[in-house]
Amino acid sequence: MAANTAAVSLTVNGKSVSVEVDPRTLLVQLLRENLRLTGTHVGCDTSQCGACVVHVNGKATKSCTVLALQLEGADVLTIEGLAAADGPLHPMQEAFRENHGLQCGYCTPGMIMTAVDLVRRKGNDLDDRTIREELEGNICRCTGYHNIVKAIAAGGRAMRGGGATSKAAE
Amino acid sequence: MSGTGIGAAVRRKEDRRFITGTGHYTDDITRPGQVFAYFMRSPHAHAKIKTIDAGAAAKMPGVAGVFTGAQYAEDKLGNLICGWTVLSKDGSPMKMAPHAALAAGKANYVGDAVAVVLADTLAQAKDAAEKVVVDYEELPAVVDSMGAAAKGAPLIHESAPNNTSYNWHIGDADSTNAAFRDAKHVTKLEFVNNRLVPNAMEPRAALADYDAASGGLTLWNATQNPHVARLVISAFVGMAPENKLRVIAPDVGGGFGSKIFIYPEEVVCLWAARKLNRAVKWTAERSESFITDAHGRDHVTKARMAFDGDGKITGLKVHTTANLGAYMSTFSSAVPTYLYATLLSGQYEIPHIYCEVDAVYTNTVPVDAYRGAGRPEATFVVERLVEVAARELGTEPAALRQKNFVKKFPYQTSVASLYDAGDYNASLQKALEIHDYKGFSKRKRESERHGKLRGIGFATYIEACGVAPSALVGQLGAGVGLWESAEVRVNPTGSVEVLTGCHQHGQGHETTFAQLVSDRLGLSIDQVNVLHGDTDTVQFGMGTYGSRSGAVGMSAVVKALDKVEAKAKKIAAHLLEAAEGDIVFKDGKFTVAGTDKSAAWAEVALGAYVAHKFPTSEIEPGLKEGAFYDPTNFTFPAGCHICELEIDPETGEATIVGWTAVDDFGTVINPMIVEGQVHGGVAQGVGQALLEHTVYDSKGQLMTGSYMDYAMPRADNLPSFQVGMTTTRCPSNPLGIKGCGEAGAIAAPAAVMNAITNALGTEAIDMPATPATVWATLQKTNKLPRAA
Repeated sequence: MAANTAAVSLTVNGKSVSVEVDPRTLLVQLLRENLRLTGTHVGCDTSQCGACVVHVNGKATKSCTVLALQLEGADVLTIEGLAAADGPLHPMQEAFRENHGLQCGYCTPGMIMTAVDLVRRKGNDLDDRTIREELEGNICRCTGYHNIVKAIAAGGRAMRGGGATSKAAE
Repeated sequence: MSGTGIGAAVRRKEDRRFITGTGHYTDDITRPGQVFAYFMRSPHAHAKIKTIDAGAAAKMPGVAGVFTGAQYAEDKLGNLICGWTVLSKDGSPMKMAPHAALAAGKANYVGDAVAVVLADTLAQAKDAAEKVVVDYEELPAVVDSMGAAAKGAPLIHESAPNNTSYNWHIGDADSTNAAFRDAKHVTKLEFVNNRLVPNAMEPRAALADYDAASGGLTLWNATQNPHVARLVISAFVGMAPENKLRVIAPDVGGGFGSKIFIYPEEVVCLWAARKLNRAVKWTAERSESFITDAHGRDHVTKARMAFDGDGKITGLKVHTTANLGAYMSTFSSAVPTYLYATLLSGQYEIPHIYCEVDAVYTNTVPVDAYRGAGRPEATFVVERLVEVAARELGTEPAALRQKNFVKKFPYQTSVASLYDAGDYNASLQKALEIHDYKGFSKRKRESERHGKLRGIGFATYIEACGVAPSALVGQLGAGVGLWESAEVRVNPTGSVEVLTGCHQHGQGHETTFAQLVSDRLGLSIDQVNVLHGDTDTVQFGMGTYGSRSGAVGMSAVVKALDKVEAKAKKIAAHLLEAAEGDIVFKDGKFTVAGTDKSAAWAEVALGAYVAHKFPTSEIEPGLKEGAFYDPTNFTFPAGCHICELEIDPETGEATIVGWTAVDDFGTVINPMIVEGQVHGGVAQGVGQALLEHTVYDSKGQLMTGSYMDYAMPRADNLPSFQVGMTTTRCPSNPLGIKGCGEAGAIAAPAAVMNAITNALGTEAIDMPATPATVWATLQKTNKLPRAA
């Protein structure tokens, strides 16, 4: 590691972490390389594709666009924090599975994190037009979006009544 | 059918890891002590590499090494190859120019790798790369394929005079010319089939590791066919003997053809890993993907279709210039020839067809198979011509198609394909009905009242999948056979592992292959694991592309299941003390015919491994069978897609307001997955027709090299789709499967452009019909509607 490093402390998926990073380290690099949370993906280098979306202090954020050092004290939620791999799924994850809203799976974590935030911002009953417009920052090459739109609408309805929803949106 | 068998819309087994962020793509994997590779790439389209000075870079912090093309040449490693030899009209073989994994002497496109820097961190590798001095002498570049073969054009490869790899043809020129002489009507079109960048969302990646003790190399690679990668890197590049090279294709985030090929980066990572005795990782940045992933399409075509006085097609003549880019990528030669021109009969009886293809080198990214690979280009030729002819002849486009459809099968086309089964009219009629075609004129009037132009367009496409009968493709120049392998391993408790040489990168094989076994053996799909993508696990296979996994890969599984069932019956006969001929296997149970004696699947599986109750001199213990399946014909999926769109004349923006797809894929294993494939394929076809454009400037710089410049289809560019099915079984494979992966991308461009030209009232517009292009076309045609 280069001599020039700086410390940052933040909460990731409910756990406190303190790491020394090269100052140019992006949040997505901190997550993937330092913390080995590889569910957050990198699909482009221009903040267009949304494969890297996580929640920072409850808001959907492209983790390729934020320096790790900007996140002192922040609360970060990644796809791994939405539900345990072997436990009950978040309603939005379940909706993606049920509606075949994924094929290769690469854009999926970012889509799901965006979708959960979309429900937080726009409510549980989302029409197709709203979902399609709100997905402008997430690119999928496999599904043609048809089933992603269906999944998000279903996931939004399933999130009604809080539970995992409010926890994720906190 | 059991609840998870053939035809059930089973939810996918593989989804849990993807929706919980616990998949394992290549970049997610790390090896102890790994270094990161950063490639130095030519900023010039065509340039001599005079010197490379890496002295200062080598001393930078964290740097493990800097290697150049000259060193690659010194190590006497072989070139990358194109694995399909196409012959020119005169019988001479294509001119495959040498393609080293690191260029030495000359760089031939912007992005051509000339050196690699290896360091402890990627940031250190990039910092060091800043210190590498490459002295280039820029040369004039060939960018436009249409000028590539012209006299005086700069020469890219000494071994390919006139920048031409081959001048190929198919069909009968004389009889076709005669058909045109006798024609009552001729429809002519000239168009560009635009170059596309594949853009799988997971960028390509490679992680190479070297085990000095055994001399073994392991490569984790985002590839669609790990076995062919191992074969080429062993046998042609000479990196390591095949038994010393293990290739693993873990979770792969989309391919669309672009990850079929063997690229320089994985070869260089392996080479560097051995030189450094350390693991080497490379993951493309998106801007790097744009200038290194093999591009698709890029045809310039002139085509003519002849008709008799009754509106019957009598002839088709096509000339295509295909851009190969700077080097011949792995399957680049097959795409604009055998995967293209053999489909030029479309769904129609066309007695005389002649097609010429000139394949030229340019100083651009290599071009190879991209979803559909040649078949979208063929469909575009045929379906645009038929639609335009209907307009010229004053015929309903559906009626002109019906009149010319192939109706009796098998049908031998005049361009080698033997169509085995289909009912083209059934798909057309169903599409017309689902779409409410009759209501179009009313909807058009409604649009006009709002100052909008409305158009509708068809594509009744055909494709050839299930690649392919090995002896046939061998005659056509393929370097490999295109069979598939399978192994079915039954565990002592009755659960099953299925090994396949196919590879999934979005298709859901872990579910559909399990459905096949579930159906046959009466097991739950949770009792079936599908293993693929590791050359140490699966002996050999040809990978996944060309919609072959169902038609070819599953056929191999069926053959292996046949053998498993046959052996299990023998064992069951001994367990049940009955004659083998009296054993009936149904719903997971072996029964002695006419009695109530039975043994469950799991009992027989256990019996096979315990081996107490049968003579092992006659029947070997265990229950595991393998099979290789070689197809007997291509398969021919076909269907009808209808696109309806509305154009805002003030902005030129085309909005798709309706999409109907009716496809005949033969037997469908999982309709949910198949419909998803149709959606995705159509989206890529719509992208080609309306949005995606690969633009080079005159010096060979890629102007559309990021998502800021290259318009990927986004959710609000697309409609929801209406998907229907018709079914004729494929007679050439045991399950009757035709394949579904590419249909949407094949049908969609022609359907969209038929709708665009219908709305605009002119044929003079090329893809992509972006708002600017549509608006400019409207200004020229003077067909603007009166504003409301």
